Amino acid sequence: MFELVWLVPVLPLVGFLINGLLNRRLPKSVSAWIACGSVLASFVLSLLLFMEQLGGHGEKHSVSLFKWIGVGNLQIDFAFLVDPLSSLFLLIITGVGFLIHLYSAGYMHDDDGFRRYFAYLNLFVFFMLLLVLGDNFLVMFVGWEGVGLCSYLLIGYWFKKGDYNNAARKAFVMNRIGDLGYLLGIILIFVTFGAIDYNTVFANANTASIGTVTAITLLLFVGATGKSAQIPLYTWLPDAMAGPTPVSALIHAATMVTAGIYMIARSAALFSLAPITMEIIAIVGLVTALIAAIIGVYQNDIKKVLAYSTVSQLGLMFLGLGVGAYTASVFHVTTHAFFKACLFLGAGSVIHAMSGEQDIRNMGGLKKYIPITFWTFLLATLAIAGIFPFAGFFSKDEILTFAFEKNIIYGSLATLVSLLTTFYMFRMFYLTFYGQFRGTHEQEHHLHESPASMTIPLVVLAALSVMSGFIGIPHFEDLHLPANWIEHYLEPVVGAYNAKATVLINPEGIIMIATNIVLLVLIFLVYRTYVTKKMLPAQQESDMSPLARLVYNKFYIDEAYNLLITRPLNLISNFFYKFLDNQLIDGIVNGIGTGVQSSSSLLRQLQSGHVGFYLFAMVIGILLILAFNLI
Amino acid sequence: MITLLLILFPVVVALGLLLVKRSSFARQLTLVASLVQLGGTIYAFQLLKTNAQALTWNQDWIPDFGVSFHVSMDGISLLMVLLTTLLYPFIVLSTQNKNYSSSFYALMMLMHAALIGVFTAMDGFLFYVFWELALIPIYFICLRWGAENSGRITFKFFVYTLTGSLLMLVALIYLYLHTIGKPSFDMQALYQAGQSLSVNEQGWIFFALFAAFAVKMPVFPLHTWQPDTYVAAPTAGTMLLSGIMLKMGTYGLIRWLIPVVPLGWQNYGYIAVILAVIGIVYASCIAIVQKDFKRLIAYSSIAHVGLIAAGILAFNVQGVQGGLFQMLSHGINVVGLFYIVELIHSRMNTRETTELGGIRNVAPVFAVLYLIVLLGSVALPITNGFVGEFLLLTGVYQYNVTLAVFAGLTVILGAVYMLRSYQAIMLGETNTLTNGFKDLTANEKWMLIPLVLLILAFGIYPQPLLDTTEPAVQLLIQQVVK
Repeated sequence: MFELVWLVPVLPLVGFLINGLLNRRLPKSVSAWIACGSVLASFVLSLLLFMEQLGGHGEKHSVSLFKWIGVGNLQIDFAFLVDPLSSLFLLIITGVGFLIHLYSAGYMHDDDGFRRYFAYLNLFVFFMLLLVLGDNFLVMFVGWEGVGLCSYLLIGYWFKKGDYNNAARKAFVMNRIGDLGYLLGIILIFVTFGAIDYNTVFANANTASIGTVTAITLLLFVGATGKSAQIPLYTWLPDAMAGPTPVSALIHAATMVTAGIYMIARSAALFSLAPITMEIIAIVGLVTALIAAIIGVYQNDIKKVLAYSTVSQLGLMFLGLGVGAYTASVFHVTTHAFFKACLFLGAGSVIHAMSGEQDIRNMGGLKKYIPITFWTFLLATLAIAGIFPFAGFFSKDEILTFAFEKNIIYGSLATLVSLLTTFYMFRMFYLTFYGQFRGTHEQEHHLHESPASMTIPLVVLAALSVMSGFIGIPHFEDLHLPANWIEHYLEPVVGAYNAKATVLINPEGIIMIATNIVLLVLIFLVYRTYVTKKMLPAQQESDMSPLARLVYNKFYIDEAYNLLITRPLNLISNFFYKFLDNQLIDGIVNGIGTGVQSSSSLLRQLQSGHVGFYLFAMVIGILLILAFNLI
Repeated sequence: MITLLLILFPVVVALGLLLVKRSSFARQLTLVASLVQLGGTIYAFQLLKTNAQALTWNQDWIPDFGVSFHVSMDGISLLMVLLTTLLYPFIVLSTQNKNYSSSFYALMMLMHAALIGVFTAMDGFLFYVFWELALIPIYFICLRWGAENSGRITFKFFVYTLTGSLLMLVALIYLYLHTIGKPSFDMQALYQAGQSLSVNEQGWIFFALFAAFAVKMPVFPLHTWQPDTYVAAPTAGTMLLSGIMLKMGTYGLIRWLIPVVPLGWQNYGYIAVILAVIGIVYASCIAIVQKDFKRLIAYSSIAHVGLIAAGILAFNVQGVQGGLFQMLSHGINVVGLFYIVELIHSRMNTRETTELGGIRNVAPVFAVLYLIVLLGSVALPITNGFVGEFLLLTGVYQYNVTLAVFAGLTVILGAVYMLRSYQAIMLGETNTLTNGFKDLTANEKWMLIPLVLLILAFGIYPQPLLDTTEPAVQLLIQQVVK
């Protein structure tokens, strides 16, 4: 069975090739069937692998396909690894991937580039599967850069629009900055351990000095900040919302952006040895989570709110990694994949109903027009807000618990993030679905629920948002519930951490209950503000307070990057080109050329053809020779 | 014997071409001859495994001076010969819409012979002869079929490279005079001679030889002839220069520089590596602000070659292997890129990226193929460029970490200039000019699709090529790092 693992990524690849090569020769329906079918087949296969994995006891199964790059002592196989971590990710990618493919068949139905869209989407799934299946850092890197390419292609899917192309390019370049870090990290791993396959590297992790491991892990983390949109490389993700909404759900929420978390969890053996790196990861994650959450409060574009929310949630996951809660982070990746995909697809359904409108200030009262979307959106919102017993409650709570255990500042700031999350999510929720409809008459006339191909994925994802938390219920001694399943499941990969059995009445339990009560009160307050009092976000920037304006403009980070990096790069490049290259270096070269020319024309004067001059020169010459000989 | 035939056959074809009147027939004949050469190369690959002796041809040439006509192929030479014979059919195909006279193709075939000679010569004098011989046809190609202003530019290129070559000649003669025993230009004798010299002498020889190779590639700051020449040359000429001819320089580093003066390399090699790395960053930056697409590719070539040179000069197995592999990859990619320039220029009559835009709307096939070539050039995994770049960076890293970080900037900067230009040319809405852009004809697809397949094939399964060169590379490294 495990030998067939290569089929999991190859099936979507075949789908990509068929859709990509035949393109317009395929009817749209066939194209959609191939795309969805290939991912569904992958999902079934992943499920079988997962079951078999469960049957075993966390064994690893390495399957080498062929020798890829072998030079000297650097030997790299194209090899796959099936273990608890990768098979869990396989399920998320192909499962959520399939639902989003299905949704896309409805959402993109009237688009001209329908087949091209599905080709890209299948290619993305292929690379994402390579990323998690790779048995060494370089195969992971293939997937890593491959998903970056697909992200570029899909953000700029509507390539006629200049802004979208800029967003796509920005995403690719920022990812590449991270990728350079990752690549150097791989090279350092090779130089240190003489190999880059997980088995060798992790088994020998403690033979390297702390300094080296810190350097390796920091370089890898640089890669993670690019792909998973963390400070300082996060600004591409909000712009990436230019892509079609299902793409935002799949790539920029559920799967690709979690690659950084996957990578660090995968390399837990290395990261656990580098306390400094862990501290940096925790801080970067926390600060990112906080800043993104604050920005999210002032956004009015339904997709932008979700984008900042994603950045913020990813930050929380990194905080979890940084405090050593690998399982909790992977757990949150899982639940987040469900509820955030549900939210994005729900947003897509809203946008679909609103004939393309994305500004929540122009929505309102949609509850009665699109009930399925409304209910699923509500469940997912409750899940992300972390209300008991929805999925986000368990996963987020576990990260918070560990953060508190690490230190009180981490814990309280993380709690603040979750309060902000609840605030902006419900602000968006109420503005969208409650109150009076604020759009145009034309929009109101067109309001309609989405077709079944779009609502079925919503319902499934909403159900998962409700239930998936139960794979990670904390172990209460006085409650006889199945104890934290996911923790035991992942233990062979990330190692056991000192998860202690807790009792219900203890400080943590009280915090859990207290937080939930606070959250419920907060939701009520948000309801009062935006529904009862019908408050609306400012229509114009000039109506905002200076502080609000600062946040609304995302702290002017993009402008700062432009001023500090993009423009200087252009200036330096122009200086290199116009002055150094054209004036100085080429000037010297040409100067030597003209120098030789003019000196030869001087020398040419000597060959005047006057015999008298020659005789004169000869006599002088002889005299000089004699003179030298005498001396 | 096969090695000798690979050199002689193009000469015979070149002479035959002089009798041909019709341009199209001359082109077809050249194409067939190039394919024959490619077939011969593949045969040589078989021989290398079974009967490597058969790849050597060694006859006295000027016995009084210790010069012999000694040509041979080990894995390294064979890869370079493959580079030449693999790219030639594409370069010939790229001229299919031109009405070049048969003398153009005769010059191409003469150059072909000289290139094979350079890559297989195992005698210093012979190497020098082929080295200079290769310059003459390309000079005339650029002069006669180039842009209007090509006279002055081509002359500069000619003088520049000739100056470099003279330094090489001086160095070779110096080595020749110091051979142990009977004076000889034989490569191994020159290795011995060089290795017996003092550190100081080796240093001088190192720089003299390096200068010759550096001009050819070109390495910063000896590069200013290159952008002008690439831009002014006809497309086929640019492909010859960038695809194959510059690899004479990088090949020279491996075969005719580092093993000759190992102490020179050990003591002064870092200067060469630093120059190469400066070139990577410098040329990448300049490429960002280019408006003329052809000039942009010219500068990007300086950056890519800088990395190849740096990896080779690091002279560890990953660096040299990466360098060799990347020579082939760069050849394929750069021929593809210059062909794309040609396709745009021949249709739109401009190469200014600011005047183009939106071509993707009207030419989807072209857009996809261009994108894949671009990805090869920016070294995305599963393209040929990645294998080379990864090995090269690994090589440089083991030489010096800081330099590797700077060299690694190519990962970012390459994406910046390539994607910027792709966006400017291909994406957005069409304008009145690009509205009329016709998608690729069948002939043009025949040119680009095989290139794209090569880009992917060598990226997915590079091992056979790496295996071909590895024993020879290991042997050289052992000679240097005793």
